[in-house]
Amino acid sequence: MTVADVSPASEGGAAARARGAGRRRAAGRVRLSRAVLVVPAVLAVALVVLPLLGLLAGTEWRGLPGRLADPSVRPAVRLSVVTTLVTVAVCWAFGTPLAWLLSRAEGRTATWLRAVLTVPVVLPPVVGGVALLLAYGRRGLVGQPLVDAFGLRIPFTPFAVVLAQVFVSLPFYVLAVEGAMRGIDRRLLEVSATLGARPLRVLTRVALPLAAAGIASGTALAWARALGEFGATITFAGNFAGETQTTSLLVYVALQDDPQTAVALSLVMLVVAVAVLGLLRGRWLR
Amino acid sequence: MTRRPGGAVALLALLLAGCGTTPDTASSTTPAGAGPSGPSGVTGEVTVLAAASLTTAFTTLAGSFEKANPGTTVRLSFGSSTTLAQQIAQGADADLYASAGTTALQQLGDAEPTATVTLARNTLEIATPAGNPAQVTSLADLARKDVDVVLCASSVPCGRAADEILAGAGVRAHVVSRELDVSSTLAKVTLDEADAAVVYHSDVVTAGDAVDGVEIPAAQNTTLTYPLLRFGDDAATTAFAAYLAGPEGARALRAAGFLVP
Repeated sequence: MTVADVSPASEGGAAARARGAGRRRAAGRVRLSRAVLVVPAVLAVALVVLPLLGLLAGTEWRGLPGRLADPSVRPAVRLSVVTTLVTVAVCWAFGTPLAWLLSRAEGRTATWLRAVLTVPVVLPPVVGGVALLLAYGRRGLVGQPLVDAFGLRIPFTPFAVVLAQVFVSLPFYVLAVEGAMRGIDRRLLEVSATLGARPLRVLTRVALPLAAAGIASGTALAWARALGEFGATITFAGNFAGETQTTSLLVYVALQDDPQTAVALSLVMLVVAVAVLGLLRGRWLR
Repeated sequence: MTRRPGGAVALLALLLAGCGTTPDTASSTTPAGAGPSGPSGVTGEVTVLAAASLTTAFTTLAGSFEKANPGTTVRLSFGSSTTLAQQIAQGADADLYASAGTTALQQLGDAEPTATVTLARNTLEIATPAGNPAQVTSLADLARKDVDVVLCASSVPCGRAADEILAGAGVRAHVVSRELDVSSTLAKVTLDEADAAVVYHSDVVTAGDAVDGVEIPAAQNTTLTYPLLRFGDDAATTAFAAYLAGPEGARALRAAGFLVP
């Protein structure tokens, strides 16, 4: 607030007045340059907040419990809960070791792997769905042998829903956790190794606790991404109540003939998302 | 640092320019039989929202109309009739709206059409992957456990119609997915991921060799009418509406497998 403290000189004469005018001009320029930043910043906030307000304003609160009791809601929510939890478990089980190895690795292979893992992050989800079909579909790279050998069909099953979710969320998890593991002071790991800890023990006893915050935020990111997954799911897993119709798909389908149910479900998802964010903030994020 | 925003502005300008009208360079050759719109003097832009099943026919017709009437641009958007009706109710800019069946019209809200004509009719048909590997021959076969059936969602016209005829025939189909519009329903069969789908006859015709069609007998089938709703009176809109409802429209629609009155 130094700029605002400028007081008009009362006895300093012309030189002081000139200085004062100069300072005022400078103050004007500062205000202007601040406005140049503040106006777009406010617009940016509005672009994010307005749709959320729209959702709140468009909700018929009185009928809300009745909407959520709609028979289509429960199977979709249950499927979303189960599949996203399985996805998170897959991230932990397979993603954590990968993140650990990547964080230790130097060289070209690791760089390439990181680049490949980033692809689903930037890929339009529907393209991911097409890719999944071409891999696991009945005529797909892996899908056809599976059908031929075991009569196992992957699309249109809850397993396909999980595959789609893992495809889009595992990269988020691995990149977040790898970042956290890279941030660990190497000396701590080296000391525990010199004290006789084997690599697996170094990971579980030293690295994992130290990377807990990264693992938590990686998990939240991956889970949120899995919950919101739409394009790859509809393309690859299809849409069938109780089997592959997740909450996100139900919101879209309901919008066509029962918009208020779609709005009610959207609100629930918003609340859940905010709650997860809040929990994380309190526990790990600052 | 100054180069980057400059580049962004240039890109934006390019994008905005791309949104404008596209001049038709092949304007000197106006083909004979420009249709009921008569000698070309019509210019302007027409925005058409049409049921997914009309994709092939309307894309062809828009192209030939633009060629016959230099200076006109037809913007097409395809989707489920229900979604499109809701978009119009929410204020989407639409000069023409062609719906599969009439139930979606209830979703139009306050939007009042200036004129409505019936464009075409369509019936349902079973589509199977080429060669019909699961040997589906009737509606009753759709109940077989080894036949994976894909239908449109009940909220869109093709799904509602499929529900209706399956219920009428007393068939509990082995449904694995309910897609959001008829194009994605057919795609599951075209990609050979499903053994059968209930789609429109016109979809089977336009899909060509990619799928086989299994006809549903008239006694079990249903007929949907396709109304064309016009919003507004500008010359280009009126001309394209007349073109769709005229002999050129009828020819393209018939070629795409529709029944034309």
